[in-house]
Amino acid sequence: MTDHTNKQFDADMEAIRTGVLTMGGLVEKQLSRAIGALENEAAEGLIDAVGADERQINQMQVHIDQLCSQIIARRQPAAGDLRMVLTTVKITNDLERIGDEVKKIAYKASSAESDKLVRVRFYDMVRAAGLAQRILRMALDAFARLDVRAAVEIVDFDDELDAAFGSILRQLISYMMEDPRTISASIEIVFMAKSIERIGDHAKNIAEAVVQAVKGTDVRHRSAAEIRADVETP
Amino acid sequence: MSAETLIARPDVVSRNVVPAAPKMSIRGLDFHYGAYHALKDISLDVGERRVTAFIGPSGCGKSTLLRVLNRMYSLYPGQRASGQVLMNGEDLLAPGVDLNMLRAKVGMVFQKPTPFPMSIHDNVAFGVSLYEDLTPRQMDERVEWALTKAALWGEVKDKLKQSGMALSGGQQQRLCIARAVAVQPEVVLFDEPTSALDPISTAKIEELIAELKSDYTIAIVTHNMQQAARVSDYTAYMYLGELVEFGETDELFLKPKKQATEDYITGRFG
Repeated sequence: MTDHTNKQFDADMEAIRTGVLTMGGLVEKQLSRAIGALENEAAEGLIDAVGADERQINQMQVHIDQLCSQIIARRQPAAGDLRMVLTTVKITNDLERIGDEVKKIAYKASSAESDKLVRVRFYDMVRAAGLAQRILRMALDAFARLDVRAAVEIVDFDDELDAAFGSILRQLISYMMEDPRTISASIEIVFMAKSIERIGDHAKNIAEAVVQAVKGTDVRHRSAAEIRADVETP
Repeated sequence: MSAETLIARPDVVSRNVVPAAPKMSIRGLDFHYGAYHALKDISLDVGERRVTAFIGPSGCGKSTLLRVLNRMYSLYPGQRASGQVLMNGEDLLAPGVDLNMLRAKVGMVFQKPTPFPMSIHDNVAFGVSLYEDLTPRQMDERVEWALTKAALWGEVKDKLKQSGMALSGGQQQRLCIARAVAVQPEVVLFDEPTSALDPISTAKIEELIAELKSDYTIAIVTHNMQQAARVSDYTAYMYLGELVEFGETDELFLKPKKQATEDYITGRFG
């Protein structure tokens, strides 16, 4: 797309774009730390770092939202610019929520009783969290390149993550039924698994926002097949 | 408003769900200023009781198009139009059209307020007296009606005998709108009606346009894209005498179909 006649407008739009990517990078780093906390029992320093990341992510959200408000107030963006500003606000909201979920995962990982059961389940969780990490990376890449086809793939991956969550849940239910002493530890794990599953949902929201920014169609609450059809329409 | 109402009535959110019957149908319109080809094969419908905005860079032909709709160009030699502009089944470009009657049906408001050097009352009454034979009392009623329509009555009702030239710019422009609606036209054309006005007067005129559209078909040319977005139901983007894109305003400003339109409305032009 060509530049705006007003160069400051270009600079403003670039500022929110790089803001989202920086914020996304921070969330990715935070998620890696949380996965580290899942893998490694003695992860005290990691927990503090995850908390610090979360505070920084919150500040970035406020900052990017302010930039978006200023663009709307000063430049009255239209068409593609308007859609980009609106979706940026949505994406920073999702990134901030991911930051919250990651913090929950890390805190629960550090407080969970490290009995054998919990460790075994953590193995499944690490795999699910790895999938969530991959989906988040894809969503941020799709945003960076405004690639709607990549955005569509994320919807499929999110279904895979939902299935992984279902499988963790079923395993835990059978554990709890076999041995009620595992209930409290298992419930902790359910919460962590739910947080991982939510990360996938937020990444999917980001992917849908990318489709809206690029194509101008609102694909929320649509099936993967419908979204794919929308994206393929020129 | 309940969620059910919102879902059942998308027109509450989106302004232009109900398509309008065409009031004017422009078909294959070409226009020449001497050798200069100013409008090239323009075809579009101006919806009845809707506001249609024409936007585009200077020299794109939007004002020319407006001037064709009431044959303002016929005043000047060397300017000629071909094609059709159909209104009520009649081709306005046909040679036999009575131009005075046409301009009573298709009124026009210009960029600069152009009150006549006469009283406020007479400014409004003058046009009416050319077309209708009213008693003084009927004329007073018509003047009051037109000034009320133009949202000016409250401000001038005690000084109808004062000169129209003594009003502020925004009031003068509303006086011109009153003058245009006084002859009870079917279509009102606005050529940059607020470009010489301050923001408050502009807001009043825009509000007025929104009210007038319940009775009249309105076509407006504006340089101010936000104004087109605010007041119009349909927008036409023109460039170098061609109609690039024409569609519902909501659609055109959120998701234009043509890259050229997107570039213009987002300020990436030239």
